Amino acid sequence: MNAIYIMWLREVKRFARSKSRIVGALGQPILFLVALGYGLGPVFKQAGQGNYLDFLAPGIIGMSIIFTSIFNGMQVIWDRQFGFLKETMVAPVSRLSIMFGRTLGGATVATAQGVLVLGIAVIAGFRPDWFGVIPAIFVMLLIALLFSALGMAVASRLRDMQGFQLIMNFLVMPLFFLSGALFPLSNAPAALLWVARFDPLSYGVDALRHVLTGSAAFSLSLDLLVLVAVTGVFLWLGVFFFSRIEV
Amino acid sequence: MEAAIKVEHLTKTFGEFTAVKDVSFSVAAGEIFAFLGPNGAGKSTTIKMLTTLLHASSGSITVNGINPSADADAVRRSFGIVFQDPSLDEDLTAWENLEFHGVLYGVSKKVRAQRIGELLNLVELSERKNDFVRDFSGGMKRRLEIARGLLHHPRILFLDEPTLGLDPQTRNHLWSYVQKLNRDEGVTVFFTTHYMEEADRIAQRIAIIDHGTIIAQGSGDELKQQTGAQTLEAAFLSLTGSEIREEAGSSLDHMRQFRAMRSGGRR
Repeated sequence: MNAIYIMWLREVKRFARSKSRIVGALGQPILFLVALGYGLGPVFKQAGQGNYLDFLAPGIIGMSIIFTSIFNGMQVIWDRQFGFLKETMVAPVSRLSIMFGRTLGGATVATAQGVLVLGIAVIAGFRPDWFGVIPAIFVMLLIALLFSALGMAVASRLRDMQGFQLIMNFLVMPLFFLSGALFPLSNAPAALLWVARFDPLSYGVDALRHVLTGSAAFSLSLDLLVLVAVTGVFLWLGVFFFSRIEV
Repeated sequence: MEAAIKVEHLTKTFGEFTAVKDVSFSVAAGEIFAFLGPNGAGKSTTIKMLTTLLHASSGSITVNGINPSADADAVRRSFGIVFQDPSLDEDLTAWENLEFHGVLYGVSKKVRAQRIGELLNLVELSERKNDFVRDFSGGMKRRLEIARGLLHHPRILFLDEPTLGLDPQTRNHLWSYVQKLNRDEGVTVFFTTHYMEEADRIAQRIAIIDHGTIIAQGSGDELKQQTGAQTLEAAFLSLTGSEIREEAGSSLDHMRQFRAMRSGGRR
């Protein structure tokens, strides 16, 4: 229990201290909100889809969460290169609690980032259902847990940061772009919808839309069910690969 | 005297490769013991088995009377280790690194604060306790790691080439700390080094390992006598030969090779 707490605390402290990381991670969502939200807004409206910013904001929150969580999970690689991983591996605590503490820490950080992006979206003109904010934070935490665990599982199999670009381009980017974060899945071509159904982020963004704007493609119970189930699978995978790390 | 470490017929193989072959030795409680050998001789593999990072293929190990394979956590609580490469969190302060370690090892809050203070004094880092480790010099980091390794009152301290890359002043200081600890707290010290004069000066007993087997054991003087050499370095060279070793790769590499073989080159 203490081990989980201290691993969590470490992640949170490191994040809170690195102002450049916080600001840096906000740049991309702001750019997306401004360029796409304002740029494509009129087109979206003309097509009879309503306010694009209201549609886009939950997607951008989802984006910042997936990027931050996977990146946090990948910190394992840094820890391996800087040697710190050994310190935790030789400690008299189970690898399960170490992995779990790290994942919780990474997820907390990503959720905080998601809340910041929500704030920025509101400043940009996003008008959410205010009663949905607390449930939205819960959904953000679920998404964050899911992708932190995935990041950890992937990072446990990599030896250095060389593979990072590969992960970004062939895992994170497709997960984001095919999730329906930027466009409505309800009238997407069948093939695209089919692909999006295999993307856990689709359900995360969809759940956020449910609680924040009330309009979405899937049912909220399906969203939550998929998120919880996939989080469970990824946590299990993360523990499995993490416990096999050799230092 | 009770043995702090007892190793009998220890063998470790990685597939076809035998890294450690039928090794036996024991380290008495309160002793300072040096474990020497050329690169790739099996030093690191042995330390990894002693410190629960690797399982033995055969043979037996007891550390503080406990078998690491049977109860890894109990063994882990009973030793401290300073790794060959740094293993601190550079983005945390000196104090936080120690605090982190204390929590992981289940040291109670009250004891923790006091012990951290004491140890920082011992390694002369009290004034830098709130500074980030990334701003520390190599010697300061090493001292902090030693403090960390001692935080949970271990009965054995493993030092894997603790003085590698440090200047003579820092090396000297560092060994005085270690000797002081050994004297004042009765900590058993097990270390490896490539500096023979250090081993000769500090260790009460020395074992030399080569090609996975122990080829000589005894005090520095005994080893010199045995080989008729003037210095431990000369004794070491006459025992292990003078040709340069191509490192056979770390145990980690062997493991990877072995696993790749078994899983059909998955990696």
